[in-house]
Amino acid sequence: MSEPSAPGGTDLHARQIVKFRMQDRFFHYTTQLFALVVLVALVGILVSLAIDAWPSLKAFGPSFLWTNVWSVPDGEFGALAAIYGTVVTSVLALVIAVPISFGIALFLTETCPLWLRRPLGTAVELLAGIPSIVYGIWGLFVFAPIFAEYVQPPLQDWLGDVPLIGSWFSGPPIGIGILAASLVLSMMVVPFIASVMRDVFETVPHVLKESAYGLGCTTWEVMRNIVLPYTRVGVIGGIMLGLGRALGETMAVTFVIGNANRIIPSLFAPGTSIASTLANEFGEADPGLHIASLFALGLVLFVITFIVLAISRWLISRSMGSEGL
Amino acid sequence: MMMSIYTRRVWANRVGMAMSMVAMSLGLIGLMWILWTLFSKGFAALSPDLFIQDTPAPGSEGGGLRNAIVGSGLILLFSMLIATPVGIFAGIYLAEYGRISRFASFTRFMTDIMLSAPSIVIGLFIYAIFVARTGGFSGWAGSLALALIAIPVVVRTTENMLKLVPTSLREAAFAVGAPRWQVSLKVTLRAVKSGVVTGVLLAMARITGETAPLLFTALNNQFFSANMSEPMGNLPVVIYQFALSPYDNWVSLAWGGALLIALLVLAVNIGVRVAFRQKGKR
Repeated sequence: MSEPSAPGGTDLHARQIVKFRMQDRFFHYTTQLFALVVLVALVGILVSLAIDAWPSLKAFGPSFLWTNVWSVPDGEFGALAAIYGTVVTSVLALVIAVPISFGIALFLTETCPLWLRRPLGTAVELLAGIPSIVYGIWGLFVFAPIFAEYVQPPLQDWLGDVPLIGSWFSGPPIGIGILAASLVLSMMVVPFIASVMRDVFETVPHVLKESAYGLGCTTWEVMRNIVLPYTRVGVIGGIMLGLGRALGETMAVTFVIGNANRIIPSLFAPGTSIASTLANEFGEADPGLHIASLFALGLVLFVITFIVLAISRWLISRSMGSEGL
Repeated sequence: MMMSIYTRRVWANRVGMAMSMVAMSLGLIGLMWILWTLFSKGFAALSPDLFIQDTPAPGSEGGGLRNAIVGSGLILLFSMLIATPVGIFAGIYLAEYGRISRFASFTRFMTDIMLSAPSIVIGLFIYAIFVARTGGFSGWAGSLALALIAIPVVVRTTENMLKLVPTSLREAAFAVGAPRWQVSLKVTLRAVKSGVVTGVLLAMARITGETAPLLFTALNNQFFSANMSEPMGNLPVVIYQFALSPYDNWVSLAWGGALLIALLVLAVNIGVRVAFRQKGKR
């Protein structure tokens, strides 16, 4: 793209090269600067949350993490109830979502007729695209009433007297609560886990699968003995990705969890999660310890999800080569 | 004995396949159920008033979402104006300079984490560094928070698209003496223009419905305002507040707003896929 050199233009040419080199260096550093933005934001989040949480961290120390009080009038704050709600809803959501996602991925990669693969795959991806607030109001107005009337009473009759787990299903069937939040969450994370699983299942070399089929294996056996062992790392990565999503989900959970800042050992009972506590209280928080404790909650959430997501990305990239998703 | 093992294997396979179909249909039922609810309740709320009236005061009749629609539009516009150049340049860096560099692979890893980072924490962050220091909730704060969520999406799609450009195209450009920045901007980026636009659109779809980060940044505004330095009405927060309110007309407006957002998001998602598919066929 340089100009053809004019007579006696070697000097001009050399200057052009120098100019290009300067421009290139400038371009390199500019793009690098923009790439830095993401890193700076991540570090900034950590540092700024820690700074704003400092009064609370100083007042309560590490016991903030395992104290079960949340009292604005008394100025006593502990994160246990919120951490409990976050972890229980997320883990339950995964228990429900993982088998379903596995089924969907299995269907999409093995059994589905070719012409249906694309539309069905797109449908699953659309489920991932629906904003979480839509899940939230759907959960509150449509799902929770049906859940309270048709699902919770039979569950209670059926499992309420079983020793050990019976108390999980005690309490009035009001629909909203920990279990409803877990179910809505599981709907939200299924598409994420399913699409990672589908992608890693597709990395299995055809030769491996065809050899197994050639030996007379059924589809199910190929899945269990060939595909799953081959993609184990990526599958776990996908599950962790879903966990990371579930832990930080705000709107869907806030609408259906019931927002009670205490621990009631029943899945029918209302509870709270870190994200929903923040959504509910941050806007009207008193300056001082209350707001600092909310920042501390945010910090806890960020650190937990960061660790989970870091493990997940590491596993997924190990299983798919250095390609990202 | 042989027969029984064989039968067991066949049945295990049938059960497994049946379960996978059940799982697939559960997924589809979930999607249909949500969409059906959204359409039936949302269309009931759709009326011209939705677009020409502002959000109603507590207890008053009727009302619309004009201020929230305009506010959301402005916040989205400015967040994409921030996120697009940052994301594209960062993507160029990762694809063109970052193939072997340690710094780049670290950045790539962190970007992937940011893709799924809890959005409410990003709201807290912008509150801490912007709202608390500039003295108040504002549309700008909302745009910043959403931009931070959109940037990783743009970065990763841009990078993945640029990686698809064959090396020979770059080499051809280098061979005629083009400097690196011209190769990046005028050859490779241009070659994947539609892919990059797709990434930007998907990022926009991603942040259109984000509520959590707007709660502590743009807040909400009952009145019409196009001033980005003030609290600004926006659809997600209006939906959140109205859905939890005791007024029937507010709840109905919330459904109308949810339908608008979902339609936009679905249209972008489907449109992008259809466009790409046609391109692939050609």
